[in-house]
Formats: sequence, C-alpha cells, structure tokens
Amino acid sequence: MLRKVTLLAAALVLVGGPAFAAGKAKEPADIAFSFEGPFGTYDQAQLQRGYKVYREVCAACHSMNLLAFRNLGDRGGPFYDPKYPNANDNPYVKAIAAEAQIDDLDGETGDPVKRPGIPADRFPAPFPNTIAAKASNGGALPPDLSLIAKAREGGPEYVAALLQGYKTPPKGHEPASATLHYNEYFPGNFLAMAAPLAAGKVEFDDGTKSTLKQQSEDVAAFLMWAAEPKMEERKQMGAAVMVFLVLFAGLLYASYRRVWANESH
Amino acid sequence: MSGHSTYQPKSAFTRWIDARLPVGRLVWDSFVDYPTPRNLNYWWTFGGILSLCLGVQIITGVVLAMHYTPSAAGAFNSVEHIMRNVNYGWLIRYIHANGASMFFIAVYLHMFRGLYYGSYKAPREILWLLGCVIYLLMMATAFMGYVLPWGQMSFHGAVVITNLLGAFPIVGETITTLLWGGFAVDEPTLKRFFSLHYLLPFVIAGVVILHIWALHVVGQNNPTGVEPKSKTDTLPFTPYATVKDGFAMSVFLILFATFVFYMPNALGHADNYIPADPLVTPAHIVPEWYFLPFYAILRAVPDKLMGVLAMFGAIGCLFALPWLDTSKVRSMRYRPQAKLYFAIFVVVCAILGLCGAKLPDDPIIPGLWSPLVIDSPLNSFVWLSRFATLYYFAYFLVITPALGLTEKPRPVPETISSPVLPGDSDKKD
Ligand code: HEC
Ligand code: HEM
Repeated sequence: MLRKVTLLAAALVLVGGPAFAAGKAKEPADIAFSFEGPFGTYDQAQLQRGYKVYREVCAACHSMNLLAFRNLGDRGGPFYDPKYPNANDNPYVKAIAAEAQIDDLDGETGDPVKRPGIPADRFPAPFPNTIAAKASNGGALPPDLSLIAKAREGGPEYVAALLQGYKTPPKGHEPASATLHYNEYFPGNFLAMAAPLAAGKVEFDDGTKSTLKQQSEDVAAFLMWAAEPKMEERKQMGAAVMVFLVLFAGLLYASYRRVWANESH
Repeated sequence: MSGHSTYQPKSAFTRWIDARLPVGRLVWDSFVDYPTPRNLNYWWTFGGILSLCLGVQIITGVVLAMHYTPSAAGAFNSVEHIMRNVNYGWLIRYIHANGASMFFIAVYLHMFRGLYYGSYKAPREILWLLGCVIYLLMMATAFMGYVLPWGQMSFHGAVVITNLLGAFPIVGETITTLLWGGFAVDEPTLKRFFSLHYLLPFVIAGVVILHIWALHVVGQNNPTGVEPKSKTDTLPFTPYATVKDGFAMSVFLILFATFVFYMPNALGHADNYIPADPLVTPAHIVPEWYFLPFYAILRAVPDKLMGVLAMFGAIGCLFALPWLDTSKVRSMRYRPQAKLYFAIFVVVCAILGLCGAKLPDDPIIPGLWSPLVIDSPLNSFVWLSRFATLYYFAYFLVITPALGLTEKPRPVPETISSPVLPGDSDKKD
C-alpha cells in the first residue's frame, strides 16, 4: 500500500496538477494590465474610457450597486483630481452625477420624485427589481458588476475575454433557444447576454481607436478598479510595511546573533 | 513556575503589588527567568507566532464587528462597506481574512513539530490534549467566520458542512436544527454563527492559558527529546528565547504582509464575492484550504455517516496519539525508520489537501484509462484520497504503535549539552 501511495504521489508530481478542465471554457489570454505587479497602478485614462463603456453600454442592463458617483473622484479613481481631495467637490464628478435622474421623495409632500444626482448618490440601477431585470433579459439576471472582476475565476482577463469571445457555434452546438449566445470563454458556452460590444460602439474622448479589444480591456480595467478601489493605497502601504519589516527583521537577527554569541547551541 | 521564584521587586510600588497580587512575579517567572532548553530550533518559535496570530485576529475582529451587520440582507454589503468606506477597513478585513490562513499555517507547523519531536509523550499528554482542543476550537471559529460575509461559498459551504452532522443517527436532525436555528441555513444561522464566532476566540485564549500553564509545569521538549538535567542545559527565556521568537515572528510577518498587501484574495475563493443565493448552487463547493485534508477523508468514504466518522476519527487520532506511541525514544532525530514514515505522512497530508480541492471523479492523469474499481476509475482523485486516508489512519493506528516495539533507535545523548555522540552529525533536522 505504501508503495502505491508513493507511486501515485510521484505520478501526481509528474503531471503537475492539471488545471480544472471543466465546462470546456477556453482559458482567457493574459493581458498586461497596468495594475499588475507589486507596484502596478491603474491607468487613469483607461479607467475613464472603461467608465464610458460601462455608462453607455453595460449600464443598460447591469447595476453597480456598490458604487457612488463620488467614488469616481476618489484617489486612484477615473476622475480623481488632486485639486479636489474631497470627491464631492470635484466639478467633473458633480456633472456626471447630475446627468443621472435619481428616485427620491419630495421633502414637503412625500411624493416620489426624480431629481438630478449628486456625488453622494449610488449609480442608478437599470431595473427596479430582479424580476424586471430577468423579464427584460430572456429570464436571465444580469449580475451586478460592482465586484464582478473579483467574483470570477480569471478576473479582469476573463471579463475582457468574455466580451470578445462570441463566435458562431460549431456544428451540432446550436443554442437551445434564441436568447442564448455561444461564447468560447463562458463555462458551459451559452449565455443569455448577446455580444454587447463591437468596433466603434463607443467613441473615446481621448482619441483612442475604438476597437472591440480596446473597449473590452478598458471596461475590464474599470471593473477591476470598481471591485478593488483601494488597490493603489494597499500596494503603497505594502511597500512601506515591507521595508519596515525587512529592516526590523534584520535588526532582530543582529540582536539574536549578539545575544547568542557566547552560547553554544 | 517550576522551581522557586527569583523575582525581586525593585521599587516600593512593585513590592506593594507583589505582596497583594503577584502578577509581576508571574510574568517574570514565566517569560523572563523561565528556563528554556538551549538547543531549541526555529520549529519552537511557532508557539509565540500562534499567540501573535490569536492577538491579531481578536483585535481586527473586534474592529470588524463594529461595522459588520449580522443579517442575511445586510452582511454582504456591510463587509463591502468595510472594504470601501470604513477608514482602513480594507486593511483590517484583509488582515483578518488572511490572518485565519496564517494562523492555520502556523498551527500545522507547530503540530508537525510536536509529532516529529515526540512532544506529546509523557509527561506532556495534557499539554498535547489542550493543543488539540485549541485546534478544534480554531476550526469551529474559522468555519463560522467564513460564513459571516454571506457570499456564495459562505452559504453553500455552511449548508454542506452542517448537513454532515445530520448524518448521525437519532441526534443528527436535532443537532442540525439547533445549529441552523430552523430548518435550513438562514438568518438565524448567521446570527448564532456571529455570536459564537465572537465568543470562541476568547475561549481559545482561555485554553491557551491552560496550555501555557501545562507547558510551564512540565517544561519544553527540545530537538533531542532529552529532558534538561542541569543548569547548563537551559538558558533563561529572556533574552535568549525572546529575541529568537521575535526574529521568527518578524519573518512570519513578512509572509503575512505579502498576502495582505499583494495577494489578499489568493487564498480565498472568487465565488465568495457573489452574494449568497440559496437557489443557485456553485458548480464546485470547496472549503477553505485548511479544511481540505479532512474534506478529502470525508469524501473518500462512500457512506455519508462513515465518512463523517472518518473525518472526526482523523482528529480523534491526534487526541489518542500519546497512548498510541510505544516508542521509548522521544525525538525522531534518533529514529531513522520513524523519520521515513513521518516524511510520508507529511506528504500524504498534502496529497489529501490536494484531493480535497479536486472533484472526486476528476482523473489524476488526464486521458489515462484505468479500470473501474467499486464506484470510480482507479485514476481518480477519490481513489487517491482513499489510499491517502488509509495511510493517514495506518500511521496512527498501526505504524506508530508497531514501530516503537520493533525499531532499533540510534543512541540518544546523555544530556542536551553533552557533546554530540559519534555518528550523530545532524544537528539541524
Ligand atoms: C442587453 C443587456 C446586457 C448588456 C447591454 C450587457 N450585458 Fe452583461 N449580461 C447580461 C445578462 C442577461 C447576463 C447573464 C448571462 C447569463 O447568466 O447567462 C450578463 C452577464 C454578464 C457577465 C457575467 C458572465 C458570467 O461569467 O456569469 C459579465 C461579466 C457581463 N455580463 C459583463 C458585461 C459588460 C462588461 C457589459 C458592457 C460592455 C455588458 N455585460 C452588457 C445582459 C447584458
Ligand atoms: C481564532 C480567531 C479567529 C479566526 C480564526 C477568525 C476567522 C475568520 C474568518 C476566516 C473570517 C472570514 C473572512 C472573510 O473571508 O471575509 C472571519 C470573519 C469575521 N470575523 Fe473572525 N476570526 C477570529 C476571531 C474573531 C474575533 C475575536 C472577532 C470579533 C470580536 C471576529 C469577528 C469577525 C467578523 C465581524 C467577521 C466578518 C467580516 C469579514 O468577513 O471580514 N473574528 N473570521
């Protein structure tokens, strides 16, 4: 029995733990995002483009309930301006918020009203509730996108790949219904979201060419920021903590050597 | 605490205190003057590291609890509120979430240390049993903590694990109903888990005190497994052990910080960033990494009740170990055969962990045909976990008792500080 265990263990090491091949979904291609690595930061221009893609396309179906307009102007955010450390004062953020119509109650009469948004408001959701969201999407619920880049294996790479992964299904693989679409990267291959993006669909203000790839990667970067808005702060603090800990450990090691210098052990 | 106290209060005030409540004396005797074997290696630094982990979890946990909402509707969003709006909330939460993993890394190394050097053998049985109790409490605490963010993995993990207890005949249903506070995992479950998750760490702290008390009565074991015989075998805890523990802690903190600041979600599961939905079951429910070996043992057994018993039995073996080991020699440093079986045991635990992460029917070597045995092809993780489970139990129930009676240990030194014996050149192992 012992030998069997060792043999199996050896075999295991040889194969090197093959990745889960479930669902026949294709591995998303690696993308060299600016926010990777221990010193990576978000590319602000990319976040701005990504926000535009979200606002003009995805927001028609997907909510982002965890985000408020003020977050757009937070440090590390798409519209952060060092002149306005408090994002609520950022005129650009105010203008974006004001474009939205927010449900509220009239302070005098208590009647439901609509008013222009302020930075403290959350992004408005496209549907009043999940039943309505499903009813408009062939029975499928478009998931909230606030955390999507952390809530999927593969993260932003997966999101970018998914948006570009629509193909005509291989022979014999036709979708069961007209509301399902074939996508190489989706586990199970059929999802209820039709290809939302196409070349030229969104016009970028900074003159960047609006290819499908560009839009997909930009919105994926934006969604990563939305899911992990404190990443830059985290890595900055991390660098300081690491330097401190290494020095501290070095100091302790030196003390250790001194204390033990005369003791055999 | 063993031997008499050398504490000398220095001022009138400390003399006054010492005559009424000698806490200063207790600290002095336990952490300054306390004699430690002079040959302790770095495997002995995990006790200090574990105390640090417990402290970190309690401090970060208390702060999290100030902002957390224990309700099915509010839990997920309150954790995100902590991540986004609370000052340094992301830091506190990432420290707490990764701190649990660090805690388990440290406890596993601490336990393997004990297994290897025979730290459970007389007179340290109670010390070892208290350690096993701490480990059980840690698992309960971490399990309930993982439910609190109320993500998909929190919820469905809780469903799977609590359902296991339903496998017990007669009492099973009562236990699950009591745990759930109803007939399914729901709001009342979350509320009682939160309450218990807050309580248990303090129970752990209490048992830790007993653990250290027991330790100070019997004294530390050491790599030779030979009890200190004279003053020359030991050194005072401070500064010798303090500075070494301090150095080890700072190195451990570097690892800890690497996870917190650079890969805070690497040990977690993506699905836990999806709010819990009882109607949607994730494709692949896996517990946190530190439970995976036991999860593999559970699934290795085709029968649910037997699987649950095997899982608890696996922990039961740890409790019984002091009475299963028949060896006269404490440390495996002088037991070449035991060393080999121990090394295999460590590998087997890692294999069980791997099996726990895979789907049982997944092939180990993709594409390789193998005969169907009982219910699955031989080339599947469920069969690998069966062999590994067999070894796990055999290690405790057969190998350990038998080896002590049959093996020929190498000569053991007279005392800790006596010159190494001829042929005993491995000082570090
Ligand atoms: C017409 C409505 C619609 C639009 C516009 C839309 N989506 Fe979707 N999306 C859906 C629906 C419906 C689903 C659920 C699909 C399913 O579960 O089968 C979905 C699912 C998703 C998923 C989750 C896939 C998974 O792994 O479960 C992502 C990511 C996503 N959409 C991103 C986007 C992005 C980014 C945009 C904008 C570029 C966008 N969507 C635009 C309707 C839409
Ligand atoms: C033995 C010590 C402890 C361990 C091993 C532990 C473990 C955990 C784990 C694994 C989580 C889930 C983290 C996540 O994925 O988000 C968690 C969450 C939580 N814990 Fe603890 N914990 C401990 C002590 C405490 C204490 C003492 C408190 C409170 C006083 C506490 C309060 C909380 C709260 C409020 C949460 C939910 C917030 C969150 O999920 O981040 N914990 N704990």
